Amino acid sequence: MTVLPDADVLETALGEAERREESAQRRRGLLLALPSFAYMILFFAVPLVIVLVYSFATRTSTGSTSLSDWNLEAYRKLGEPIVRNVVVRSVVLAVITTVLCLVIAYPFAYFCATRSAMVRNLLLVAVMIPFWTNFLVRNYAWRLLLSSGGPVSSFTESIGLGPTEILFTKTAVVIGLVYAYLPFMILPLFASIDRLDWRLVEASRDLYASGPASFRRVVLPLTMPGVIAGSILVFVPSMGAYVTPELLGGGKETLLGSYIVTQFLTARNWPVGASLSFVLMAVMLVSTIIYFRAGAKNL
Amino acid sequence: MNTRFRRIRRLVPVAVLPLLTLAACGGDDDSSAASDCEVGQVDGDLYLYNWSEYIDPELKDAFAAQYGVEVIEDNYDSNEAMQPIVAAGNSGYDVIVPSDYMVSIMIEEGSIQPLNLDVIPNMSNLAAEFSPPPYDPDGKYVAPYQWGTTGLGVDLTVMGEDTPRTWGLLFDPALSANFDGRITLLNDPRETLGAALKYLGYSLNTTSESELDEAKGLVADAVDRIAAFDSDQYDELLATGETAVAHGYSGNMLFAILELDNADDYTYFVPDEGGTIWTDNMAVPFDAPHPCTAHTFINFILDAENGAALTNWNLYASPNAAAEQYIDPEVLEDEIIYPSDRSKLEFITDTGDFETKFSDALSEAKG
Amino acid sequence: MSGRTLAPTTRWVLRSNGALVLAFLYAPIILLAIYSFSGSRLPGEWGGFTTEWYVRLFDDSRIQKTIGVSVRVALVSTVIATVLGTSSALALERFKFRGRRVFDALLYLPIIIPDVTMAVMMLMFFTQAFDLVDLLFGLGLSKGFATIVVSHVAFNIAFVSVVVRARIAGMDATLEQAAADLYANRWQAFRFVTLPLIAPGVLGGALLAITLSLDDVVVTQFVAGPGSTTLPVYVFSLIRKGVTPTINAVSVIMLLASLTLVAGSVALQRANAVRGRNNSE
Repeated sequence: MTVLPDADVLETALGEAERREESAQRRRGLLLALPSFAYMILFFAVPLVIVLVYSFATRTSTGSTSLSDWNLEAYRKLGEPIVRNVVVRSVVLAVITTVLCLVIAYPFAYFCATRSAMVRNLLLVAVMIPFWTNFLVRNYAWRLLLSSGGPVSSFTESIGLGPTEILFTKTAVVIGLVYAYLPFMILPLFASIDRLDWRLVEASRDLYASGPASFRRVVLPLTMPGVIAGSILVFVPSMGAYVTPELLGGGKETLLGSYIVTQFLTARNWPVGASLSFVLMAVMLVSTIIYFRAGAKNL
Repeated sequence: MNTRFRRIRRLVPVAVLPLLTLAACGGDDDSSAASDCEVGQVDGDLYLYNWSEYIDPELKDAFAAQYGVEVIEDNYDSNEAMQPIVAAGNSGYDVIVPSDYMVSIMIEEGSIQPLNLDVIPNMSNLAAEFSPPPYDPDGKYVAPYQWGTTGLGVDLTVMGEDTPRTWGLLFDPALSANFDGRITLLNDPRETLGAALKYLGYSLNTTSESELDEAKGLVADAVDRIAAFDSDQYDELLATGETAVAHGYSGNMLFAILELDNADDYTYFVPDEGGTIWTDNMAVPFDAPHPCTAHTFINFILDAENGAALTNWNLYASPNAAAEQYIDPEVLEDEIIYPSDRSKLEFITDTGDFETKFSDALSEAKG
Repeated sequence: MSGRTLAPTTRWVLRSNGALVLAFLYAPIILLAIYSFSGSRLPGEWGGFTTEWYVRLFDDSRIQKTIGVSVRVALVSTVIATVLGTSSALALERFKFRGRRVFDALLYLPIIIPDVTMAVMMLMFFTQAFDLVDLLFGLGLSKGFATIVVSHVAFNIAFVSVVVRARIAGMDATLEQAAADLYANRWQAFRFVTLPLIAPGVLGGALLAITLSLDDVVVTQFVAGPGSTTLPVYVFSLIRKGVTPTINAVSVIMLLASLTLVAGSVALQRANAVRGRNNSE
């Protein structure tokens, strides 16, 4: 006669097996992450610490950084009104750019995701190809497009609307930024939409939900990871953009990106450049994590 | 001193020692690494770090052919981008071309080494006002390369032949009435605030906060009347008619104007209140890998005929007095390249700790 | 196909949006292609049709060299960054492990750090590192191709990871469990289930990485060595003297090269598909 194992023994054995599996999972996860983690520590975190150290150093009269006389001067400077204005202006610009990118990219990503496999891949690569030309050259091309003698202006003149003066205005900067970061919004959105289980959409239609309602309550929440990823990939660089605002906007307003570059490369005030970068990164990191968590909660 | 403190004190220097090599970079002795070189000796290929399009490729080829070495050139677009790369050490460059104010900074920081003047006999070719230049008073660190001025390029068809030659074209709203929105300013705090300072009658190397504030006010007002701050394309914007007044450098302006069919419609001048004279110089980084080649190259450029070839090609003025006989007469007579009245021109000098006030002032003027 | 569930107006809106976006993306490209044939050195002025800038390109060994460096850097750094970025994404989305939160945060930093800050920090890092290596091992390393690649990978891992994570996040984890139930080992499950499913994300991440690498200016400027200038750095340094139409010509050629690559891979895919069909008959 076979003896069945005792219920308690069975439970403990199962618990142990579960725990061993869990720690095996942990080990596997760590192993998988390790090469990349180690790389980032050595080639990103360590250099970052160097710059952090600089933010507490002092600027010598010749503009180099003396690693003594540690102080918080560089951080005190961040309280000046110029910094506040610069930050607010940059945030507004970045928000506008992100919203526009989202509105334009979402239908496009949706369109891509609903094509056949070959067309889909072609479209995606077609989106990226313009960006394999030179960044500076693209900006100059926009400068040409928007100049008062350029194609856009000639076009509006020919249809009777008169010449347009878009170049060197804030509108030009927005156009330039949306152009520069649109692919950053399209790609993650596409990755997310493509993963959508269309049967869920069909099911919602079967349940008499209208098109917009299906979108709002099924498609959008399910593609939220893509929306969030795309928004971050657009918002953050827009905050730090400086070439496009200078080339297309005429550099008439100080934005955060140019302000930081000025500290490093014009004023040669590396401690302030460092402190500004750090505060910016800290704020962005915290808000990104909050944004990400909030988005995840909606799923 | 209690023991805990002492232990920390000993730790910190060890940890910071590698970092300190940054601040203390450069030669600690006053001798040139090329002290063993002979005239015309080369010890490897030439690695040149220069502004773009500042040297005729044919001149580089001539040097390469004459001395049997290769010339590898990389470019930078600002002194402040070049300087940290050289100062950090191991940049790999033999000759760099810093501007006047940057030379004094690099001397003080030890980023460039003193030259072995024995192997640069052509130094004597330099004009009196450049030997020694004000920013290298001992005359042993750099050899001036080219010089020029900063002023205004104007479209005469818009401004009229007898347009007033004043910085007021930028700063006086009454004068700019018919070309509002068609002005560009340099995106350089020292140059743009400098122009305002000159207009107000002050020195462009002032360290007075009140004077700087006045200048800042003028620039802040001007921002509403300009098309853009542009340090790179101001000549093209002028040539295509997008702007009528362009704040910029002499050689660039001339280069762009001469390419046009209607070159006579444009001119460049330094306003009557005075402006900037600047000089770019050849220098040898403290850890140049091929110092002998570097010195030979400097001597080569300082040769009368080569110096003239340089000017004839890039249309900036040469500090080389001996070269004048070989420079195109048109170039020598051109007021743009060789202004006759240089009394009101100032070199930009580094204002030390005050420097950050200049860049802040421009950022604040922009709003 | 889900297209059938869309109302005709929606379909029309999607199509026209698609067309407009493509037009928007290619407008400056078409413009610069046109002007690469312009005889005038000035931008915006048509100086008569000429191919002189393309001819000059063949003589300009400097531009050719920088293109070579740029392409090699982009390819090497993208491969490394895609592998590391994908493994990061998988680890973060599918596993719990110690240090996960730190790793997560660390991977956001390259996205939010200003370019110039990263440039400065990498310069300082390499300077110190090389000094240390020299001190310890007597090896005299210097900046060059390797330092550019290392820096590009350092920021690209994060971008690849974000894109792949967006992909994985919407994925059904039960599919992999099903594979395990069907006796697939972990490697088989990865290769035949996970990898195909995340492939579009990986491709998207790789495309992003190539683009970022090809376009990077400031970081590359500070960590490059003499003679290892990349194309964007070279163009950047030229702007004071004017972006000549030669640069436009370079951009057009790079475009044509990428288009050729794409056409080639499409042809290859078609050939594979046909062969697959033939084999199964």
